[in-house]
Amino acid sequence: MSSSTTSPRSSGNIGRARLGGTLYRGREGMWSWVAHRITGVLTFFFLFAHVLDTALVRVSPDSYDKVIDTYKNPFVNVLELGLVGAVLYHALNGLRIIAIDFWSRGPKLQRQMLWIIVAVWVVVMVPGAFFMLKHSFEVMFGGK
Amino acid sequence: MTAIESPRSPQRRSRGRTNTEMYAWLFMRVSGVLLVVLVLGHLFIMNILDGGVQRINFGFVAGRWASPFWQLWDLLMLWLAMLHGTNGLRTIINDYTRRDATRLWLKMALYTASALVITLGTLVIFTFDPNIN
Repeated sequence: MSSSTTSPRSSGNIGRARLGGTLYRGREGMWSWVAHRITGVLTFFFLFAHVLDTALVRVSPDSYDKVIDTYKNPFVNVLELGLVGAVLYHALNGLRIIAIDFWSRGPKLQRQMLWIIVAVWVVVMVPGAFFMLKHSFEVMFGGK
Repeated sequence: MTAIESPRSPQRRSRGRTNTEMYAWLFMRVSGVLLVVLVLGHLFIMNILDGGVQRINFGFVAGRWASPFWQLWDLLMLWLAMLHGTNGLRTIINDYTRRDATRLWLKMALYTASALVITLGTLVIFTFDPNIN
């Protein structure tokens, strides 16, 4: 194996459209994996902070309530929405990974499954964002 | 120069080899499915259901942990999420560290922090006192 393998790109007769179905790198397969790592790390670091803030119930009701009040601030509220979005993506893509690993047709349908979970994500996040941000909107723009 | 085996040569199993990585891989899938239910349920109850985060305070926590069901839910979620996350970070450390020493120290820090958080969280759930102060 000393001869260099010709890259698919250098043979001009294979168009981009055909590569679209076969390439993993730089396409849906890779980017969904990148997003899975980023959302996973993000969630894990939040989990550390969240166990610590909950542990304040063992200190005093006052100290717990004080820290939990920061979660009710409109700006932090938007961060929470981001966290929920990250966790929901990680959960849905995790189910997609399980389908790829254990379902015989999974690897073949991995791209379609990604677009399905993106659609589910949007359908859940739109009403989710409404209910999560409702109070902050009322506080900031009157009403309450 | 070390020769690279042909891709189709039969797999050689060295003696004493274990399947730890396979079990870690399997654990990610099994815990993942359980966490989908536990965590998404938790997020829905805490952030969306009647009033969301605005209604959470010490009294709310006391009301929930009065029930063994929610205690068990939170305990299971704590352990599974921490182990799932720790194993995920272990994979990431293995992927991106270049020096053996860096890899070792990052993993030591990770395991120490995880053990502390799991222990603390478990103690908080089991020793919770609604009448504190």
